[in-house]
Amino acid sequence: MAGHYPVLQVVVPLLAAPLCLFVRNGRAAWGLAVVASWSALGISLALLGRVTSSGVISYALGDWAPPIGIEYRVDIVNAWVLVIVSTIGALVAPYALTSVEREIEARHIPLFYAAYLLCLSGLLGIAVTGDVFNVFVFLEISSLSAYALIALGQDRRALTSAFRYLVMGSVGATFIVIGIGLLYSMTGSLNMADLAQLLPGVWESRTVKVAYGFLAVGFCLKLALFPLHLWLPNAYTYAPSPVTAFMASTATKVAVYMLLRFFLTVFGAAFSFDVMALDRVLLPLALVAIVSMSLVAIFQVNVKRLLAYSSVAQIGYMILGLSFATVTGLTATLLHLFNHALMKGALFMAMGCVMYRVGSVQIDAMAGLGRRMPATMAAFVAGGLSLVGVPLTVGFVSKWYLILGALERGWWPVAVLVLIASLMALVYVWRVVEVAYFREFPGEEQTREAPWTLLWPTWALVVLNLYFGIDAGRTAGIARQAAEVLMAGIGQ
Amino acid sequence: MSLELLVTHYNYWVVIFLMMVGFYILISRGNLIKKIVGLNVFQTSVFMLYISLSKITEGTPPILVDGYGDGEVVYSNPLPHVLILTAIVVGIATTSVGLALAVRIKEAYGTLEEDEITGIEAGIEAGSEAAG
Repeated sequence: MAGHYPVLQVVVPLLAAPLCLFVRNGRAAWGLAVVASWSALGISLALLGRVTSSGVISYALGDWAPPIGIEYRVDIVNAWVLVIVSTIGALVAPYALTSVEREIEARHIPLFYAAYLLCLSGLLGIAVTGDVFNVFVFLEISSLSAYALIALGQDRRALTSAFRYLVMGSVGATFIVIGIGLLYSMTGSLNMADLAQLLPGVWESRTVKVAYGFLAVGFCLKLALFPLHLWLPNAYTYAPSPVTAFMASTATKVAVYMLLRFFLTVFGAAFSFDVMALDRVLLPLALVAIVSMSLVAIFQVNVKRLLAYSSVAQIGYMILGLSFATVTGLTATLLHLFNHALMKGALFMAMGCVMYRVGSVQIDAMAGLGRRMPATMAAFVAGGLSLVGVPLTVGFVSKWYLILGALERGWWPVAVLVLIASLMALVYVWRVVEVAYFREFPGEEQTREAPWTLLWPTWALVVLNLYFGIDAGRTAGIARQAAEVLMAGIGQ
Repeated sequence: MSLELLVTHYNYWVVIFLMMVGFYILISRGNLIKKIVGLNVFQTSVFMLYISLSKITEGTPPILVDGYGDGEVVYSNPLPHVLILTAIVVGIATTSVGLALAVRIKEAYGTLEEDEITGIEAGIEAGSEAAG
């Protein structure tokens, strides 16, 4: 049984998804989703444990030996990403019950859980597989279900934002297939480990470089790197609350993982940095993303949209870490994958609580909520502090490694920019806090605290934010090990 | 670039042409259905790219014939065909989700023209700011 964990990681949620359709009952479908997502979490934690103690796990699907058959290959990097995705998946699933009953029509609820589980299995599949074409298939499974999930939003603008995401996402995915096809034409292999062996022999060919370009654009569309982020703000704003919390903390993270896996493992760090100058292309884009998107976030009147723009800026931090082309920089990237998932998950879940009680997430609607919904707004403040990077939160740990990486390269202006962007984060978080705590609650109606079924997953993420902010040794250790694996073959 | 390259590799030129046409339709057309058509043309060009890659001059279909194994028979690579079968299925799924969204958008907005939808959305945003 334990030997089959790599495939069970994907198969459990994948099989639970159609079952949700058969049960035709919202609560039963929810039960299935919770069981499936918690077993996915259990499996991913077990895989991480096994990888850290006994090294890389290679699983041959259907016993067809790689490189002919499809291989699921789990090393510390994807075990880490699996844990990130399944942790968020396991906390969003219980959260969804109450939130979805308010935001989605009853007859759509089983469909919602089916799409949710498909999206989860797609994202887990991208992370677990060691086959490049398999990555594309799982990417489409997760994307198609994500379009459906976003379109379930109450506002009719959810439909247009889902459509826009579909068009841009499909273009991105098609670019990735073109890249994979060109790689196959040069090497005759689709297995990542095998490609990593074969590609150095054909580095000089133009086909490989063109493939690299197509893949780069495809990944950057999927991970919403500035200026390819246009699909993201509307999609996050109008999607149902649990969907936003889930997507914001997992989908872009998995896309960043794809980029790292392809460019550092398959092509090799040496090729990416020395031949293709990946770091010099990404550095300016990351810096512009961080500064401009933080600035745009300050002027938003809808808090979900504000957090969405902040997400684009945070993706900039992850890419910035990569563009340092050092182990420390990459450690910051990998840490921030986890840390940003925790903080944005908590923030969007808090907004889901507000949506549940107040029915709006405009900043003005938050007036006086600090007293009316103390637990919700306290969670928002804690998440916000983490976003800013205050000590004792995970945000601080990410920023610490990021600035360490910048100083290691001697790029102190970059370190200063990161600090300035953190101050900008303080401004946009403060705008919400000010309205919530220092303005009178309008009207007489009895707005109460959100129900505990919404609060406990939110607070679970807040507690993780604080716990890993205080005891960062374990997460930073794993991230560093993963960064060393990715940078293998290149000097420290 | 010689004329020979143009003639012997005409299938690749078709691929590039289709890819650009599809991409152009996708970007330039405001009608959501036409955008989906553009996306389809774009994806189809990739299918043809894969099939072109696997075709070998004088290659037989990949079936067992006399002389197979002693290097006399050259056969086309079946794997890209199989991959593209998957990609075609994905393309159909994308198209159907896109069309389903287009139907819902038509119901909600009464139009499929992107600029009209943008106009309506700008109206909603101005209204909600005035109300809030």
